[in-house]
Amino acid sequence: MSSAPIDKPFTLAGRTFASRLLIGTGKYKDLEQTRLAIEASGAEIVTVAVRRTNIGQNPGEPNLLEVIDPARYTILPNTAGCYNAEEAVRTCRLARELLDGHKLVKLEVLADQKTLFPNVIETLKAAEVLVKDGFDVMVYTSDDPIIARQLAETGCIAVMPLAGLIGTGLGICNPYNLRIILEEAKVPVLVDAGVGTASDATIAMELGCEAVLMNSAIAHAQNPVLMARAMQHAIEAGRLAYLAGRMPKKLYASASSPLEGLIR
Amino acid sequence: MTISMHIQLNGEPYELHADQTLADLLERMELGGRRVAVELNLEIVPRSQYADTRLSEGDRIEVVHAIGGG
Repeated sequence: MSSAPIDKPFTLAGRTFASRLLIGTGKYKDLEQTRLAIEASGAEIVTVAVRRTNIGQNPGEPNLLEVIDPARYTILPNTAGCYNAEEAVRTCRLARELLDGHKLVKLEVLADQKTLFPNVIETLKAAEVLVKDGFDVMVYTSDDPIIARQLAETGCIAVMPLAGLIGTGLGICNPYNLRIILEEAKVPVLVDAGVGTASDATIAMELGCEAVLMNSAIAHAQNPVLMARAMQHAIEAGRLAYLAGRMPKKLYASASSPLEGLIR
Repeated sequence: MTISMHIQLNGEPYELHADQTLADLLERMELGGRRVAVELNLEIVPRSQYADTRLSEGDRIEVVHAIGGG
């Protein structure tokens, strides 16, 4: 796209990415649909969960990382399902071993099963330990600007506030908090959770987010592979609109056609 | 005659022959050569040490892999 304005690259932990869409691998019908959706999305960073192997269950089944090749994608292991700092730190250390010393992790420490709202106190505790231990921490958090600032000061490489609760698809529930977080951000800010459809992703990017992380919006669409493609375009459209700078909103009309030369 | 020992494997009681290594256990779980990570009594065991890590009665072992998640 030669007419595109010059954008600064999206960089995380010293690596540059062409896509500003990060996607999860949960909730798909099967591994093949997961693979097709990732391909259609153009995402280069893909989240995975770390779980116990099921004792004696389907040992011949392909492993997710045999389908999503870590040589081709940047794997972002998460700590989803952890409810305290200790569990989250253990999970990250297991993930690092699983991925041959890979340091990039998505830290999320949850507070409550009904809302899956982050426990920001435990999140901060875990972030401190992980940063000291050499991890590159991308942290899922609430849209509280003060906590976002503290997490960045702790040394997290990216702060990822929710736009809505995980899996709700409610969209950008509080754009004003996101704006405050973005205004004073010292590290990349990504929206993580809440996106329901393409326009939500565009709004997040128009606000100035560096990127968006989503899972359910694609996996739970009627046609996940097509939605993955829609999201790729939505992210690009939002980024370009952000760079272009929107017109100011006005209360009264302003004619687009000249007022001179009208026939009378 | 082989003596058996009892460990906790992924939170469940598990019985295996005495004098087994972590590599033996993973083979028995049909996970030999697969991409997994192992924690033995809360310490990560690097992949290169599976064959040299002898298991003991009462060990608590977690074997994890990557699955779909957001």
